[in-house]
Amino acid sequence: MFANPRKILIGLALLAIALAAPAFVYPVLLMKVLCFALFASAFNLLLGFAGILSFGHAMFFGSAAYVSAQTIKVLGWPTELGILAGGAIAAVLGLVVGALCIRRKGIYMTMITLAFAQMLFFVFMSAPFTGGENGLQPVPRRAILGMIDISNDRVLYYVVLAIFLAGFGLIYRVIHSPFGQVLKAIRDNEPRAISLGYDVDRFKLIAFVLSAGLSGIAGATKAVIFQLASLTDVHWGMSGEVILMTLVGGIGSIFGPLLGAAFIVGMQNQLAGLGEWVLVVQGLIFMTLVMVLRAGIMGLMSDLSRWVSKLRASR
Amino acid sequence: MDVIFGVPLPLLLGQLVLGLINGATYAILSLGLAVIFGMLKVINFAHGAQYMLGAFVAWMMASWLGLGFWYALVLAPLVVGAGGIVLERVFLRHLYDKDHLFGLLFTFGFALVAEGVFRYYFGSTGQIYTNPIPGGVRLGFMFLPHYRIFIVVMALVICFGTWFVIERTKLGAYLRAATEDPVLVRAFGINVPLLITLTYGFGVALAALAGVIAAPVQNVSPLMGSHVIITVFAVVVIGGLNSIMGAIVTGFALGVIEGLAKVFIPEMSNTVVFVIMAIVLLLRPAGLFGQEQ
Repeated sequence: MFANPRKILIGLALLAIALAAPAFVYPVLLMKVLCFALFASAFNLLLGFAGILSFGHAMFFGSAAYVSAQTIKVLGWPTELGILAGGAIAAVLGLVVGALCIRRKGIYMTMITLAFAQMLFFVFMSAPFTGGENGLQPVPRRAILGMIDISNDRVLYYVVLAIFLAGFGLIYRVIHSPFGQVLKAIRDNEPRAISLGYDVDRFKLIAFVLSAGLSGIAGATKAVIFQLASLTDVHWGMSGEVILMTLVGGIGSIFGPLLGAAFIVGMQNQLAGLGEWVLVVQGLIFMTLVMVLRAGIMGLMSDLSRWVSKLRASR
Repeated sequence: MDVIFGVPLPLLLGQLVLGLINGATYAILSLGLAVIFGMLKVINFAHGAQYMLGAFVAWMMASWLGLGFWYALVLAPLVVGAGGIVLERVFLRHLYDKDHLFGLLFTFGFALVAEGVFRYYFGSTGQIYTNPIPGGVRLGFMFLPHYRIFIVVMALVICFGTWFVIERTKLGAYLRAATEDPVLVRAFGINVPLLITLTYGFGVALAALAGVIAAPVQNVSPLMGSHVIITVFAVVVIGGLNSIMGAIVTGFALGVIEGLAKVFIPEMSNTVVFVIMAIVLLLRPAGLFGQEQ
């Protein structure tokens, strides 16, 4: 998977940090970061590599949260099955919505995703099982595979880390596969991809379903961690947040969404007591990034490293 | 009592009028979005926030300065429109040569800031704005408030006025030409950047005007914008952004359909617009009045 030894070292160092982290940071916060990192990576698969801006990814995240909460709490399913069910439902939803979306292009596609997400929000708001404003809670934390007790936050952290690594690994593989190359070709020049004989709509749809399904896994896991699925998870604000995370980290970079998720979750944690100002700060970050830093943190870092190497070369 | 399809006539007509009023808001807002999109190629996500700002400026004028509705009807759109011009000059201008989605994300950020600030100062419950034209007409089968008649008439005047300016005047011809080929129009000595700025200001003023008009029938609340804008996006997808008349007709039609849904299928009244959007996407992907570019 990793070609050169430097990358392997960086990868191992990151893994070591991830394994040791709960000793230093509150595990629930770390789990939240991991969940949103997976969500943002799944979103980035669509925006960064297929060029599709979805403004409705909350519908996949939130639906899966409700499905896993419902199956685990009310139907008594095992935790791992509930999470998979959430991901599966989100993927099916992605198939339906994606098939409709790709009938239009560009900015229209974005508005369509937003509209469908809003429709789902209303459906969940009035559906009897969702508990309305209170949400669906408390979701019991049943032992994984009947033997790993996840009532302990630290144990659950390692389970969530495993889910994240599996999801992230899949995204990494997809991006570096021939399929991912075709996606990038479509993003950069759709007419050319069509003329080369690729069934563009099919590729877009598969990317949409993958992204939706993985967003669903993230949402379902979130429901297990916080033992809650609520309207916040399907609200358009959630769709905006995942865009913000990806934008902060760097659209189209592989590790960018992880940084972005950590940054935004950390910021929300710091500003939690300030209520409405979180919204204002998020809006200001959006405006600033779009004006001056469209490539996000990863873009800034590659600019810096280029600058440093240029400086070295000139000496 | 008269009954149509098992529904009492007054109820049906009442919802029909309410639907027309919502449709008036949808029509003015989607008209503004279409005008802005035509020139700037930007989907103005801040449109809902600017609608909310229009209502709030009217409310502030009334409760802090004692200026009544008729002043607000003229002044609030000017104030909010001027804000829009500043936004365009300082920020949006620099995004035209970038990917279109950045314009959307920037205006989304602005909408978050506006909503957040107003939620902090005014809470999310909303303020009451007094009805400037109390009273109404008794039609025998129902009571029709004067103000509701005013909204519908006013919206028709605004929509067809805008349509007339764009489709039938020289200024409108410049606008349409600049939409087609800005470089060529500039070569003819027309100040296209200024035209773009004024177009954005005008579109924003339209949103604010819709807000002022809606203020007496709705709670003036910081949430009113984000709520309506998503429905308006669906309206725009159904109607297409290429046609001014398409935006107007679709706006009114969907308002009425939503009103009817409240009577006949109440559980779907919130979602009917989105269902129609899905059907239109299946049957006519380019939208009812649009052609795919």
